[in-house]
Amino acid sequence: MAATVERVVAAEASEKQMSAKKVLSAASPLTLRIVAECSVTKARACELILPHSAVSTPVFMPVGTQGTMKGITVDQLDDLGCRICLGNTYHLGMRPGPDLIEKANGLHGFMNWERNLLTDSGGFQMVSLVELSEVTEGGVKFKSPYDGKEILLSPEKSIAIQNSLGSDIMMQLDDVVSSTVTGPRVEEAMHRSIRWLDRCIAANKNPDKQNLFAIIQGGLNVDLRKACLDEMTQRDVPGFAIGGLSGGEEKDDFWRMVTLSTDHLPREKPRYLMGVGYAVDLVVCVALGCDMFDCVYPTRTARFGSALVPWGSLQVKHRQYAKDFQPIDPDCQCPTCKRHSRAYLHALFKSDSAAMHHITIHNIAYQLNLMGSVRQSIVEGRFPDFIRTFMKRLFPSPDQYPGWAVDALASVNVTLE
Amino acid sequence: MKLELSRLVQGGGRLGVLKGLGRTKQLSLEVPGCLLYTHLGTVPHLTQDTLQTLSNLPSVTQVSLSNIAEHQEVLEEFKDGFRKFAGLHDTLLYCSLHDPAAPFPTGHITNKTVSVWGSGGRIELNVAKFMALQKVVQPDWYQSMADGETWQNNTSLKRVRKSVDRTLAHLDECLLLHQNSQELEGVEVFGVVEGGDVLEERVRSARETAKRPVAGFCLDSLRAGSIDPALRTQLITAVTKELPEDKPRLLQGVGRPDEVLACVEAGVDLFESFFPFQVTERGCALCFSFDISPDPESAVLQLDDEERDAAEKTQLNGDLNPDDQTQMTSFEINLNDKRYQDDFRPLVEGCGCYCCKNHQRAYLHHLLVTNELLAGVLLMIHNTAHYHGFFGALREAMASDKVDLLKRRVLRERDEQTERKEQDG
Repeated sequence: MAATVERVVAAEASEKQMSAKKVLSAASPLTLRIVAECSVTKARACELILPHSAVSTPVFMPVGTQGTMKGITVDQLDDLGCRICLGNTYHLGMRPGPDLIEKANGLHGFMNWERNLLTDSGGFQMVSLVELSEVTEGGVKFKSPYDGKEILLSPEKSIAIQNSLGSDIMMQLDDVVSSTVTGPRVEEAMHRSIRWLDRCIAANKNPDKQNLFAIIQGGLNVDLRKACLDEMTQRDVPGFAIGGLSGGEEKDDFWRMVTLSTDHLPREKPRYLMGVGYAVDLVVCVALGCDMFDCVYPTRTARFGSALVPWGSLQVKHRQYAKDFQPIDPDCQCPTCKRHSRAYLHALFKSDSAAMHHITIHNIAYQLNLMGSVRQSIVEGRFPDFIRTFMKRLFPSPDQYPGWAVDALASVNVTLE
Repeated sequence: MKLELSRLVQGGGRLGVLKGLGRTKQLSLEVPGCLLYTHLGTVPHLTQDTLQTLSNLPSVTQVSLSNIAEHQEVLEEFKDGFRKFAGLHDTLLYCSLHDPAAPFPTGHITNKTVSVWGSGGRIELNVAKFMALQKVVQPDWYQSMADGETWQNNTSLKRVRKSVDRTLAHLDECLLLHQNSQELEGVEVFGVVEGGDVLEERVRSARETAKRPVAGFCLDSLRAGSIDPALRTQLITAVTKELPEDKPRLLQGVGRPDEVLACVEAGVDLFESFFPFQVTERGCALCFSFDISPDPESAVLQLDDEERDAAEKTQLNGDLNPDDQTQMTSFEINLNDKRYQDDFRPLVEGCGCYCCKNHQRAYLHHLLVTNELLAGVLLMIHNTAHYHGFFGALREAMASDKVDLLKRRVLRERDEQTERKEQDG
C-alpha cells in the first residue's frame, strides 16, 4: 500500500544535488515526487516540479498552438488552474520566428504566461500539415507554406528553436510514421528516432533550464516498441513520451502499446502520452500508468459549440437548447456555468465570438477538473471505484462501454459491471 | 430618471448626471457619456472575466432589437426579461432598434412597419410586435419605433416629411400600448427625432416629440458617413434648442472622438460606444491623446513620428472617404502593420488596461497575422478602456474649463495630418 506514503523520487536535481552538478552529467530541472500509487492499477499521483511551478499529475495540458489559448487570456487560463500548456514549435518557428521570441524573453515572455510550457518538436505538424515533406537522415525537409522556400528541420534545428522558445519541456524530433503504416518503414523510423534523440540531447544548449523528453516510437509492433524502450531508457533524459499513437489506429492496438510502454518506462520519470484527450482515453490511460496528456480536441470542439459534460457532450448550437435555461452542467463551477444558461449561449453563438470563449473556458475546466478528480481518487485509494462511477455516468448502459476500454481496464485489475 | 446639469459650458455642452436610474433608482450615469455597446448583451469578444478587468464602465448597457427579435419566443418562455437571460446583473438596459455597427439594407419600411436584420435575416415589426418585444425584453429604457431611413443622400423632402410623420405616429401608438401595459411600468421611452438633413423637418420633429411624455430623445439618421459633419452639427444645434433642458439627448451612429466633441458642443448628452468595436474589427488600437494635465510634456499618449507617418499614409490612401465607417481613422494605430512585429511596447504607454499592462504590440501583431481570437479580445479591452477614458477626460475638461485644451489635444493629430495632406496636395 503505497497510496498514502509520500516518497520523493527525485529524477535529478534536488537542492543538494545542485552543488554536485559539475561532477555529474547534466542535472535536469525536473523533479518527480510520487505522492500516491494506486494499489490496483498502474495509476499514480505525482507532483512534477518544473522551472515555472509545480504541476499535479495526472495532468491534461491544453494546447495553445500559436502562443495563445484560443481567445482565453493567460489570467483566465491560470484562474482555471492550468499550470502547464503547449505551444507548437512548427507554428511558432514560422511565425513570429525564434529570433523574435528570444528577444521577447522566450515564449513565456512573448505570451506573458508565468506557468510552464511544453513545446513539441515541430516534426508531427510538418508531416501532418505540409504535403511536401520528405524525411531523410538529416531531418524533415519541407516547403514553407508562407514563402515556398525549402527548409530542413533537423534535430539540431528543432532543439535550437525550442531553446529560443525557452519551454520547460522540449520534445525530441522524432521520425513520425502514421500509426496505420506497417513494414520496414516503421522499423527505420524507430531506429532513426533513437539516433535523433542522441542528436537532440547533444544539441540542447540549456539542459539546466529546459527538460528534453524522449519519444518512444515503434508503431503498433510489440518488438519494435520494446526495442525502442530498451534503447531510449538507457539515455539520461528527464522524461518520456509515448508517441506514434492516436493516429487512427485500432483502439485495441492503442492501449496495448500504451501499457507495454509504461511497463518498461522507469517509475521515477514522468510519462507523457501524446495527443490523447477524450475523457475515456484519459481515465483508462491513467490506469495504465500515464501522467501527462495533451489534445486540441477540447478547445477545438468548443469553437463548434460542443461542450464537454460528464455524460458526454452537449451541442450548444443544437435547437433543443434554445429554450433550455439550465447551465451547461449544473454541477460545474466554471465561470461559464456559474453565469450563463444553455439558451443564452445558444443565442449568443449567432451574435458574437465570445460564445466560443465561454465554451472553451468550460471545456478546459472540464478537462482539468476531471484530472483533478482522478488524482484525488488515486491519493485517497479509491481510483477503481472512481473509474466505475465515471463510466456509469458517461455511458447510458454498460453494454455501451467500448470493448477496448473494458479490456484495458481488466488488464489492470478493474472490472466493470 | 432625473437629469441634473451641473454646468453649461460656454459655446455649448452640458455636464451633469442622470440620477435615479433603474427599478431600484440607485444607478446613475454621467453626461456627456456613452452606453456600453453589446452584441446580445455581450461586449463583443469579451466574457464577464475579461469585461470585469475594465473599471468605470457605464451603468447602461445597450442591446438592439436586431439582435434580440429572433429570440422573442425564447424570452417569452423565459419570462424574467433579457437582463437576467443574458446573465447581466447590476446594469441598466437600453434597447435600441438597430445595431449601430451593423449596416442594414434600405427599402423595407412601410407606413405601419419597420424591419430589423438578425442572424436569420429580416424580421418585420409593426407597433404591436415591437411592443410585445419590449414586454419580454423588459428594458429600463427603450427607443420608440422609428422610420430612420432618411440618412441616404438625395432623400426627397417628401420622404423626409413622411419619416417624421410616421415616427410620430409610431411613438403615439407605442405610448398608448405602453401606458396600458403593466409589464412596462417604470420603463422609460425615448422619442426619436427624425427629419433627414432638412432643418425645418428636424425642428418640427423635435417640437412634436417633446410634446409627448417621453423620458429622453434619440437623434436618428445622422450617422457617421451619411451627412456632412458641419451640417450635422447645425441640425443638432437647432434640434436641441427645441428640446427640454431636463431630458437627455442620445445621438445614434456617431462615435469618432472629433465628432463626439463637436456634437457635445451642439448639445448632445449620450452616445453609443460602437466605435471601439469598429476599431477592434480592423485590427487597430485607439491611441489618441486626451491628457489635459498642466504640463503638456508629461502627456505620454503621443504618437511618435514614425507612427504619425503611418497614420498619415493611411489617411492619404483611404480616410478621404469618410462614408466608409470601416476605414481607419487618425485616432488609432494599425497593429497589422509590419512595423509592430518587434515593437515590445504596450499599445499605449501608461495605459492601465489589462492588455497594456500585460501585453506588447509585437504580441498583438502576431495574434492578428495568425488570425487568433485573442487579438479581438485584447484589442476590445484596450479600445473600450481608451474610449471610456476619453469620455471621462471630456467631463473633467468641462468641469475645469479645459475643453479647448482637450480639443486641441484630441484634434491635433487629425489636423496636422490634414495640413500635411494639403501641403502635399
